[in-house]
Amino acid sequence: MARGIDAVTRTAGAGAIALALVLLLTLGTLAAVAVRAESAGGFGVADWAALRFTLIQATLSAALSVVLAVPIGRAFARRRFPGRSLLVMLLGAPFILPVIVAVFGLISVFGRSGIVSQALLALGFEPISIYGFHGVVLAHVFFNLPLATRLVLQGWLAIPAERFRLAASLGMTSRDISRHLERPMLREVVPGAFLVIFLLCLTSFAVALALGGGPRATTIELAIYQAFRLDFDLGKAALLALVQFVLGAAVALIALKVALPSGFGSGLDRAVMRWDANSPVLRALDAALIALATLFLVLPMAMIAVDGIPALTSLPPSVFAATLRSLGVAMASVVLSISLALPIAAWAVKSRSRLVEAIGTLTIAASPLVIGTGLFILIFPVADPFAFALPVTALVNAVMSLPFALRALVPALGQIEADFGRLADGLGMSGWARFRLVWLPRLRRPLGFSAGLAAALSMGDLGVIALFASPDTPTLPLQLYRLLSAYRMDDAAGAALVLLAASLAVFWVFDRGGRVNADA
Amino acid sequence: MRTPIIAAGLVGLASVANAQDTLTVYTYDSFVAEWGPGPVIEKAFEARCDCDLEFVAVGDGAEILSRLRLEGARTEADVVLGLDENLAEAARETALFAPHGIESPQLDLPIEWQDELFLPFDWGYFAFIYDKTKVDNPPTSFEELADSDLSILIQDPRSSTPGLGLILWVKAVYGEEAGAYWERLNDQIVTVTKGWSEAYGMFVEGEADMVLSYTTSPAYHLIAEDDDTKAAAAFDDGHYMQIEIAGKVASTEQGELADMFMDFMLTDGFQSAIPTTNWMYPAKIPTEGLPDGFETLHEPESALIYLGAEAEAIRDDAIEEWRAASTR
Repeated sequence: MARGIDAVTRTAGAGAIALALVLLLTLGTLAAVAVRAESAGGFGVADWAALRFTLIQATLSAALSVVLAVPIGRAFARRRFPGRSLLVMLLGAPFILPVIVAVFGLISVFGRSGIVSQALLALGFEPISIYGFHGVVLAHVFFNLPLATRLVLQGWLAIPAERFRLAASLGMTSRDISRHLERPMLREVVPGAFLVIFLLCLTSFAVALALGGGPRATTIELAIYQAFRLDFDLGKAALLALVQFVLGAAVALIALKVALPSGFGSGLDRAVMRWDANSPVLRALDAALIALATLFLVLPMAMIAVDGIPALTSLPPSVFAATLRSLGVAMASVVLSISLALPIAAWAVKSRSRLVEAIGTLTIAASPLVIGTGLFILIFPVADPFAFALPVTALVNAVMSLPFALRALVPALGQIEADFGRLADGLGMSGWARFRLVWLPRLRRPLGFSAGLAAALSMGDLGVIALFASPDTPTLPLQLYRLLSAYRMDDAAGAALVLLAASLAVFWVFDRGGRVNADA
Repeated sequence: MRTPIIAAGLVGLASVANAQDTLTVYTYDSFVAEWGPGPVIEKAFEARCDCDLEFVAVGDGAEILSRLRLEGARTEADVVLGLDENLAEAARETALFAPHGIESPQLDLPIEWQDELFLPFDWGYFAFIYDKTKVDNPPTSFEELADSDLSILIQDPRSSTPGLGLILWVKAVYGEEAGAYWERLNDQIVTVTKGWSEAYGMFVEGEADMVLSYTTSPAYHLIAEDDDTKAAAAFDDGHYMQIEIAGKVASTEQGELADMFMDFMLTDGFQSAIPTTNWMYPAKIPTEGLPDGFETLHEPESALIYLGAEAEAIRDDAIEEWRAASTR
């Protein structure tokens, strides 16, 4: 038994170290920020405006995403058509789509020179502008409507097909079904979806940086950046960072309290037949909804390809250098993320404690800009923070991808331990041998997925790098932002396509790598 | 013992570096653009200094100052080029600059110049630029501008020197009423960009009716593009003047090269590039005079400017006033 105890302490030790690192990066940097914030002057009119803007845009973005997601999710749930599963998969794409790439796509569709404006002009209307409040909300809906749709769709699919069969045999109308089956489900799913999206919009930085920016369209995250880079007011930046953290933590706590959708009891996982929704009007309505949603999602991405391909041949060398830099950051981030996630997951499984996972989730509420500000304050007295731009970007992104990695790893590891834990204990397998022989072959899928996610997220990140960036070593997203703001649209189009391809490629390679020859 | 070999290698590297010393100059984005003065001036200076002149673009003018403060004495900059008179006092207070050492420089500025830290390299008047084919009745004052429904693009005063210039321009015209004026203008502002390049690029792409730039900007379209459709709106209120300045960084290890550059800045090799690449009035008119086309530009009857400490005293409050008014 001594061996077993030894192994448990070792697991706990490694997990504790990894966890301590995460806490140092989130709460430690926050402490540095808090100390510094004391020296700040008060919260000015413009800062209140930033707070107000942040809350209003997040509320509206989340509300629009969820309200639109309900009919679209319903349409997906009750229709079968060729390409449906492809579309549902596509709904997951915005998650690994670099924000700044999406912004480029949205500008080419909804900008003053974009295709919508061109069409409006041709019809004799005024062109539309994408800058400011509505642009920020539009971009947030673009990112989060697919997420909301997936959550709502999951809710619908969780209602066993048998219920609908029963409802049909009882002669229920669409209204009855809505009242007895669908609304109870929505009441459980919608608040959670709203809060998650609200939280995501709360910490959104790149969208506001590219499409907002004036005093009327500044989020707190952007205000942190401005206080930092423009006013050199570290105290003000720290104060804003504190506000941001409190806001994020409060919403995260509420989100934890909101009940996760409970099951309806299981049924056979068969295609849902909806006898009540066969009328031509409803069919046409659903078809139109699905078509519009698809268009909204696919058009900006298609524009990136359309604009980008011709520009590929004349890309400036700076884009290639930036691509290599970003790939390096992505790889470093993968290594860091997995090195942090595995010990924490192992500890969480061994100690059966949900606390570890909850603390890992803390990073969802922590904003990269807050962590960045804290790191800057800590590094500044001893070294040139700008020299650490790339390592800091890799580290912060590794921590930001940690919650997703834990969510994939902890259940898988729990299953492995349940299945093979006693056997391994009996054989006296621990440490490296247990990791290599028992865990690794069975964890390949979640590991590959986690690594892919960490790689894609850090590849496309435009957050902490904006704080630390020096002019001569931009990452690809930063270079794209610079090209975009210098209005060099041709080069920007090329860079956007390269970044899009690189992000999808790194995700695909890792995720695929996890599936090849995987036993599980 | 590997140390001597490494040391020998380092000595070798050092001697190479000596043969080609690098002078690092922080400046703003549009200065180093392909069509900007950077490439011309780099060539001209390198021809006489036997060194490598490296321009580092740090965003717009006011960002150069923030950048310098963030880096402190660790900065790699030897010379900073592209702050303006409105920021001179703030830059002076950082204590990061050394005297330029040039006594009574020969200048062709509309005002007298006495500053032992900073030297001007060009100047101009701020103005709103419009397209004559699209705007029939350009405003002739801030009042008319606010009463019109013309959309405008401006720059953030915290990152951009033209943005700051506009804040002080409105302050000079409206004084205590500046905040109220910004509230009236608010709904005409399409967006507030980080720098001049962004705003001007958006204007050229047709994103707004007018953009804050300089009375000299139409010369670019006229001379470089043979396009006479762009014009500056002449304001009866007078036009705020910008004087762009450069200074030598005190912590530089390239003191001699930096001095040489500051000297060079006021000679024809530098100044003759200014009118047709930076599209501003040169601080010292080159021997060949101003290029054809400049005589067509609007020359304001009255010029406005706050000098040094005066600008510094009202800058923060004026910016805060604008931010507060613009959030409503």
